[in-house]
Amino acid sequence: MAIKIVVRRPLTFAERTYLPQIIAGLKVTWDNMMRPPVTLQYPDERPTIPKNYRGVPTLIADTNGREKCVSCQLCEFVCPPKAIRITPGEISETSDNAHVEKAPKEFEINMLRCIYCGLCQEVCPEEAIFLQSQYSLTGLTRESMVNNKAKLYELGGTLPDNHHKWDKKKEEAERQSHEGH
Amino acid sequence: MEKILTDLVLSPLWYFAVARGLLVIVILMSISAYTVLLERKASAWIQGRIGPNRTNHPLISWIPFVGTFLAKGGFIQPAADGLKFLFKEDALPGHVRKVYYVLAPIIALAPAIVTMVMLPFGQLPGGQIITLCPGADVGVLFMFAISSLGVYSIALAGWSANSKFPFLGAVRGAAQLISYELAMGLSVLTVFLATASPNENNALSLVSMVNAQTGAWNILFHPVAALVFLICIFAETNRHPFDMPESETDLVGGFHTEYGAFKFGIFFVAEYSHMIIGSSLFILMFLGGWHILPWMPTIGSGIIATLLGLGAFFFKLCFFLFFFVWVRWTIPRFRYDQVMRIGWRVLLPIAVLNLLAYFIWYALRG
Repeated sequence: MAIKIVVRRPLTFAERTYLPQIIAGLKVTWDNMMRPPVTLQYPDERPTIPKNYRGVPTLIADTNGREKCVSCQLCEFVCPPKAIRITPGEISETSDNAHVEKAPKEFEINMLRCIYCGLCQEVCPEEAIFLQSQYSLTGLTRESMVNNKAKLYELGGTLPDNHHKWDKKKEEAERQSHEGH
Repeated sequence: MEKILTDLVLSPLWYFAVARGLLVIVILMSISAYTVLLERKASAWIQGRIGPNRTNHPLISWIPFVGTFLAKGGFIQPAADGLKFLFKEDALPGHVRKVYYVLAPIIALAPAIVTMVMLPFGQLPGGQIITLCPGADVGVLFMFAISSLGVYSIALAGWSANSKFPFLGAVRGAAQLISYELAMGLSVLTVFLATASPNENNALSLVSMVNAQTGAWNILFHPVAALVFLICIFAETNRHPFDMPESETDLVGGFHTEYGAFKFGIFFVAEYSHMIIGSSLFILMFLGGWHILPWMPTIGSGIIATLLGLGAFFFKLCFFLFFFVWVRWTIPRFRYDQVMRIGWRVLLPIAVLNLLAYFIWYALRG
């Protein structure tokens, strides 16, 4: 490998007086002073959150208002800090959503444990859990930092859904039963 | 005897003296406090921040517009800072030498206040000088004699704190202050050589120095002396890039590491007071004091001229304080050996040669 020797040139007289450098530095700081500040005065001014921001994990409903989680518990298993705890539950026969496999009876995410890694979102086969834009989370007790199911759906709201997987399955099953298979 | 005593106590001179003393302290403290605000604001602007803009008092925030303006500008912050220092627990560490430890901040502030007394600020219509101690013609000699005492506070603080970093800071500070005093004195001498006439009574008076600058300011004829003096003020006030005694990155807090609460506050005020006095000296000796511009005849007459002069002086002072701050947030600190080299091997020879050159020039001119 070729070795390149960098010549360290001795300082010129002007440089050795430091003065031109100091004046140049003063100009730099003066220019900085003339610029508007970049400070965001946080509680008064909020940052704009990018679309793919990974904030607090939330559960979402589909456009028909059906909870998308089927309590497969994959997120619970994949969660590195074991922040998620799911109690699986049945869906009653009389419900509109009876064609869906299951639903969580309780779904808790302990935000004291959560590391915002987004693995739950990645692993979810139902696209039911999303890390959304909420970034400021505070609580006065440990209990208040555990998001239960109701809170998770409240935070999550509805996201656009083009699949309607379970409705399609139901239609398919109905079609096939008509055809007599 | 008793009558003399009661006369003395009741004499208006006393009240006058006390009032003047209070005035010095109030002016010095408030200018220092607002320089601290300037320091915080300017550093914020340079770093793209906003700086203190929240401190407010219900009574002031109640005033429309003015209240918000004062809060945004941080104008109430100095009061909060001062009160914080005042109400903090004044801890006395167990390992310090107590008498000297308490004495050091007092010695730091006292010379600053005393030199302030001698500063002339302007001229009354009758030619009388606006100063806190009129009639004293000791001038610049007194200034240098007293303000140099500040080095004792640094030495005492560092030594009495009885710990490593304050001691190192004190040693550096003492060496630096003594080294730069030489070049400073010589540069001043150059200027006085030019302006003071030998037969004058108060040749070293700052007032006659200012009066000599009615035409050209001294900085135009003595740029080298002005530069040397300016650098020396920076060194003497322990400001960046010469803040050897403090150098918080390598010495924790330098000589005042062990100080807290109001004692630290006094060191703080003393540093800014030295800045005020240093800048005032520079203004009086090189920038024409209360003259508004070089070769500019006095505008107006009587009290208007006086006020304009005072305003000019104050404007120059504010600019200099800003300049101190500006430099601080621009350039890094010199290494200790660089400080010593600049002081002894650069500034001192320059000052001596400069003095010699002017000496020869005046001798040849006759």
